[in-house]
Amino acid sequence: MKRIVIIGGGMGGTLIANLLARQLKPREAHITVISASARHMYQPGWLYVALGRQDPRALSRSERGLLSKKVALHIGAVSKLDLEGQQVELEGGESLPYDYLVIATGSRMVLEDLPGFAGGAQHFYTEEAAFRLHAQLEEFNGGRIVIGVGGLPYKCPVAPLEFTFLLDEYLAHRGLRGRSEIVYTFPLGRVFTIESVAEFAQPLLEQRGIKIETFFNAEEILPDQKLVRSMEGTELNYELLIMTPPHRGAKFLEGLAIADAQGWVKTDRATLQVADHPNIWAVGDATDLPISKAGSTAHFEAPVIVAHIVAALRGSAPDPRHAEYGGHVMCFLETGYGKASLLDFDYQHSPQVAQPNAITHYQKMVFNKAYWYIVPTGVF
Amino acid sequence: MEGITITHESNARGSFCPGPLMEMIRLVKTSAVGDVLAVISNDPGSQKDIPVWIAKARQEYLGAENEPDGAVRFICRKVR
Repeated sequence: MKRIVIIGGGMGGTLIANLLARQLKPREAHITVISASARHMYQPGWLYVALGRQDPRALSRSERGLLSKKVALHIGAVSKLDLEGQQVELEGGESLPYDYLVIATGSRMVLEDLPGFAGGAQHFYTEEAAFRLHAQLEEFNGGRIVIGVGGLPYKCPVAPLEFTFLLDEYLAHRGLRGRSEIVYTFPLGRVFTIESVAEFAQPLLEQRGIKIETFFNAEEILPDQKLVRSMEGTELNYELLIMTPPHRGAKFLEGLAIADAQGWVKTDRATLQVADHPNIWAVGDATDLPISKAGSTAHFEAPVIVAHIVAALRGSAPDPRHAEYGGHVMCFLETGYGKASLLDFDYQHSPQVAQPNAITHYQKMVFNKAYWYIVPTGVF
Repeated sequence: MEGITITHESNARGSFCPGPLMEMIRLVKTSAVGDVLAVISNDPGSQKDIPVWIAKARQEYLGAENEPDGAVRFICRKVR
């Protein structure tokens, strides 16, 4: 029997495993997910945890409980991927051989890639960091908060903008907005990557008295001086610095021929196959594709990988509906005070951007709760 | 571009978010001084965005080449 191994128990890995289990007969393949954690995390919720708006207990569930019973789950960290021997080696010495492999290892936060980050900046990109930032914000009594991007690429490109809007609301509710200054920095010459979003976001930031500093790519943080310096030569002092941390791919991928120096897997933009390895695919954050590292990306990529694996197993052509990934991404953008926008685009179609409205905000709230039932399970 | 060997290249066709300029910044941030970096973009905004940022970040803009499909390859040398 053929062996399918999926490394990663996040959204992409879990969804692919469940879709394969649904499409394949048990005698066709043995499906195994390797997950470093027994908990499946709903990462978009951490932003709200940092602001005290979300009960963190609702943001994780047992990975075993989300997987089909036809899928084996192996909890453990990968130490090495042996491409020649077609096996995954685990810390502890065990090896899992594969015929087909999916790399769904997501992103890894590597604070050391930005000098001074560990001692000088806060973030909300891990559960622990979101708790820490919440503690910092609760003790904050006024001063300058600088928000920015600490490395490229980073997960959820809208997150810094979204956080800025919600932080403005948070400080206003605490009566601190009058003695606080928020400085929103962004790497480009406008406030967001997508021009139509920047066009409505910039006036909204200005209306709320949020200062804007564009062309700001953090190069160094000096915690003793509470100073952040950009590669474009701008320096900003801060009372509290909140930055997306530098990201990399999984550690075991660094140094392999299939990945770049940061561990991002060289992936075909349409088939999602890994370069020179027709039996390996990569999904979501793990790829080197210059598209949004976001849950929706993995969500829309998953059926393509499933179609290719099923076709390879059966010696047929992939289901034409899912033969190629078209670059589809969909993201919510919270703008605070109960409003949100929705961005929807792919390789061929520029983003359709809704003006911030209450209905989209409620859709996002519902999605956050419904995630467990509709996304990893493959219902939606 | 004759006589220039590209060290790292990213195909950012159809990348609306994070977009071609973010790719150029990523390449500059993660490469060594002296590396030649290229980003292929079919976003008309890149014609302005990419050279402006390269100047702002005090890197060296080496120029642009047209691709047969209408996309453009922007080339930069990391100098600091």
